[in-house]
Amino acid sequence: MTTPPPSADAAPGAAPPTGCELQLMVLDVNGEQHEVITEPRRTLVDVLRHDLRLTGTHVGCEHGICGACTVLLDGRPVRSCLMFAAQAEGAALRTVESLAPDGAPTEGPEEGPEAGAQAPPAPGDRLSDLQQAFRAHHALQCGFCTPGFLMLAEGFLAERPDPDEAEIREVVAANLCRCTGYQPLVAAIAQCAAARRAARENRSAQRKEL
Amino acid sequence: MRRAEQGAQDGGKLVGRSVPRREDPRLLTGRGRFVDDVALPGMLHAQFVRSTVAHGELTGVDLSAVRAVPGVVAAFTADDLGMADITALLDRPRTEFVPTAMPVLARDRVRFVGEPVAIVVARTAYAAEDGVEAARVGYTVRPPVTGEDAALADGAPLVHDEAVRNTLVDVELFATDGIDGIFAAADHVVRVESRTGRQNALPLETRGAVAAWDDREEQLVLHTCTQIPHQVRTVAARCLGLAERAVRVVVPDMGGGFGLKCVVGREEIAAAAAALRLRRPVKWIEDRKDALTASFLAREQHYTARAAFDADGRILALDADVVCDMGAYSCYPFTAGIEPLMAAAEMPSVYTVPAYRVRGRAVTTNKAPSAPYRGVSRPQYVMVVERLFERAARELDLDPVEIRRRNLITDFPYTGVNGLTYDPGSYRESLDLCERTLRAEGWYERQRTARAEGRHLGIGYACFSERTGYGTAAFAQRKMAVVPGFDLSEVRMDPGGTVTVTTGTMSHGQSHETTMAQIVADRLGLDLARVKLHQGDTDRIAYGWGTFASRSIAVGGSAVRLAAGRLGDKLRALAAARWDVPVEETALGRGAVVRRGDPATAIGYPELAELAYLRADLLPKGTEPGLTATAGFDVFTDGTFSNATHGAVVELHGDTGRVEILRYVCVEDCGVAINPQVVEGQCRGGIAQGIAGALFEQVTYDALGEPSATSFMDYKVPTAHEIPDVAIHHLETPCALTETGAKGAGEGGTIGAPAAVLNAVNDALRPTGAELDSTPVTPETVHRALHPRHYEESTR
Repeated sequence: MTTPPPSADAAPGAAPPTGCELQLMVLDVNGEQHEVITEPRRTLVDVLRHDLRLTGTHVGCEHGICGACTVLLDGRPVRSCLMFAAQAEGAALRTVESLAPDGAPTEGPEEGPEAGAQAPPAPGDRLSDLQQAFRAHHALQCGFCTPGFLMLAEGFLAERPDPDEAEIREVVAANLCRCTGYQPLVAAIAQCAAARRAARENRSAQRKEL
Repeated sequence: MRRAEQGAQDGGKLVGRSVPRREDPRLLTGRGRFVDDVALPGMLHAQFVRSTVAHGELTGVDLSAVRAVPGVVAAFTADDLGMADITALLDRPRTEFVPTAMPVLARDRVRFVGEPVAIVVARTAYAAEDGVEAARVGYTVRPPVTGEDAALADGAPLVHDEAVRNTLVDVELFATDGIDGIFAAADHVVRVESRTGRQNALPLETRGAVAAWDDREEQLVLHTCTQIPHQVRTVAARCLGLAERAVRVVVPDMGGGFGLKCVVGREEIAAAAAALRLRRPVKWIEDRKDALTASFLAREQHYTARAAFDADGRILALDADVVCDMGAYSCYPFTAGIEPLMAAAEMPSVYTVPAYRVRGRAVTTNKAPSAPYRGVSRPQYVMVVERLFERAARELDLDPVEIRRRNLITDFPYTGVNGLTYDPGSYRESLDLCERTLRAEGWYERQRTARAEGRHLGIGYACFSERTGYGTAAFAQRKMAVVPGFDLSEVRMDPGGTVTVTTGTMSHGQSHETTMAQIVADRLGLDLARVKLHQGDTDRIAYGWGTFASRSIAVGGSAVRLAAGRLGDKLRALAAARWDVPVEETALGRGAVVRRGDPATAIGYPELAELAYLRADLLPKGTEPGLTATAGFDVFTDGTFSNATHGAVVELHGDTGRVEILRYVCVEDCGVAINPQVVEGQCRGGIAQGIAGALFEQVTYDALGEPSATSFMDYKVPTAHEIPDVAIHHLETPCALTETGAKGAGEGGTIGAPAAVLNAVNDALRPTGAELDSTPVTPETVHRALHPRHYEESTR
């Protein structure tokens, strides 16, 4: 992947829109290299959303409080509204679009009373364990803050695989959600951490047996 | 009886179950599509030049420097675009309501800091911001009106010249004969004066729109995040001089609304006008500063109330004066009457109040205008009424739960002094269960221990109901010039046997893609995955009133269920024709029409759908082709009342004045819960917003009318630190007025929380003798209440 889709903001092939110098930057997003030609003042979140069309990352405040724009930069959660895209050159970025594993849906068909009828599953329903935990706990309603919380939790659990609930709550308090009252977010992250811990212990037990 | 039969017919498989949400996979994987995700070829970007003064005349808007900014394509004033004003009306005499117009862009007068004066359109959003900075706007400043008291003062400057004493609405809705005599003769009269802070509903997604003219459809396509797509279409058509057919409003995924998006915004109309003028798509995305200062606010009210009680603690009369600071303009379609009319109509709350008098007023000030916000006035009047009962309990030395028990409505249906008929609910049961829960958890013992140690621990309750399922009859009582209330649905089966449902409601977090599908799937005996809901597109949905007032499941869900039933009738008629039997001998089974008394004989829906569409030649002559059914639903009574009791336990921290919520219990009853997990989500989220209003959030203005809260640094939105876990208990009083037995569930959490928290704070303060009746209860307020001597000394 080299050439990004044309910027949605700028007419393709047109002169620089604002008189600012344009800059070529190379961004490593979700394991793909993207070349972007844009103004140096452009924020990382705007480049992700509008130049690369990775619109899963959202903008809630543009001053670093709400956390809807949280992405992982070299594995650590950052506010992509508080960085220029140029500052992210050379770093590995991850956005919400990278969380779900590739491939066919893992979720079975929805339940229902129809006898024997197999309704086709919607495409793209494959979810990571963290995403599944969010769904199971109704940790999202409108879904606008959700990508930020997912990336925040993903980065946190990588750094602290064994958190207690107080630590989870501390981290959840970094971002704003207006719909859920936060309780389901804390519960979902705790459940995901517990499941990952159980899987780790299971693996190490198996290794010992070998 | 009817309900029981239908329940059996439905099989009861999906309704009542917390099935996983249909919305979740796309929202969890970043594949949702919100308005800012809409990108069209050649799209331009708009931002607004906004008033920097609270009140004044425009003496000149010079955009020449704007147009010279690199990247700027155009800049327009009101005169350049010539749009008709937005005017929201009530059918009330001039003595009760003064109509005022809201121009799409300010023409000659500005009335609040942030009011849009000109629109700048550029090739990038950044360039549009550059352009805004180059604008030169001249003002003759007038003295601003920055508060409700100042607005009503003698000789106050006028925000709208036609509104005498800055009063837009002034009604005395009820006045029981002899009420003054009741107060004079009563054993006890208690008073509460309460003020509530101005709040922002604060959907995390700000407002926004993408407007484009479609030459092929000869139509303006307006993507916008609104709770009321069809009403936006009407206003856009009127303001822009287009036929309604020539406007299509499309609502993508929405990042919350909470009422702020159930009014028509000026900016989306201006962006559409610019798109028409330039014949290029124009996007406008509000930034957070504008969302905080220049969108719509709510909740700023002032109550002066008193209640008379007999010696046994039974309420004899309620008398209230309610003044609502509605800011600079009437919002469309609800008008500035939204808050005072709600408060005046429903203030007697869940109690048997025999005599009632109320005056409700809306005043206009030089602040960003008010819109409905989740709960609309009910968080405030419930708080005032609950404070009156708490105060009476203290005066009569009664237990605060006991005094409520003596006054709660228990015989249903109950017609109140306000003329409203309350359908059955569990008012008493919810209070009993809430109190029992907190007692069983040992909070009363902990309070005794804490008090012995000099700590301030308090327990507070709030009992309330939430009128939902407002039909046209209920809104007509409010005398709105446009009367919301009904809703429409179309249910369609395609040749493959899958079902498409439309609704005129507009989910923005409430999970309707799941819950409406549950209703339809049960009605027809289908898998959830075979049912897909469509909403938020005025070309796809015949008409609807959108999502507000907790109406969607009660009203929209009823229409959806009726339409599904009619489609079921068509399927049965097809099967009856196929079998050559009377239709009465058929029934809806699981994914099939079955023979009554012979369930083994069945024709699957896919086979019937194929017959209907691809082999219609086999149908008896005269059979109506196709598999489409429509239904409309309205509520012709006063609506249906959900109810709840909230119980809060708080501790006040003497060193910082912080209010810590130690425990929160909610016992709610919204009739049949279509999806209990979704209902719990509505409760928790609502309670969080209620706590936000009780303790944290407030937009204040200085003497010049400058808003103090321009970022999240100054407007404290509570986080997971401040919002406690909530224990929820469900009671279920099925509703006889709706097709599903469900009542609305969207706002209750927000309604009860301020009262429960404020009562708990006052209980904690009891040893000090201090009482607080206004919100937000800030740390400073609490610190002052706990340490009065400290403040007396420091002021000396």
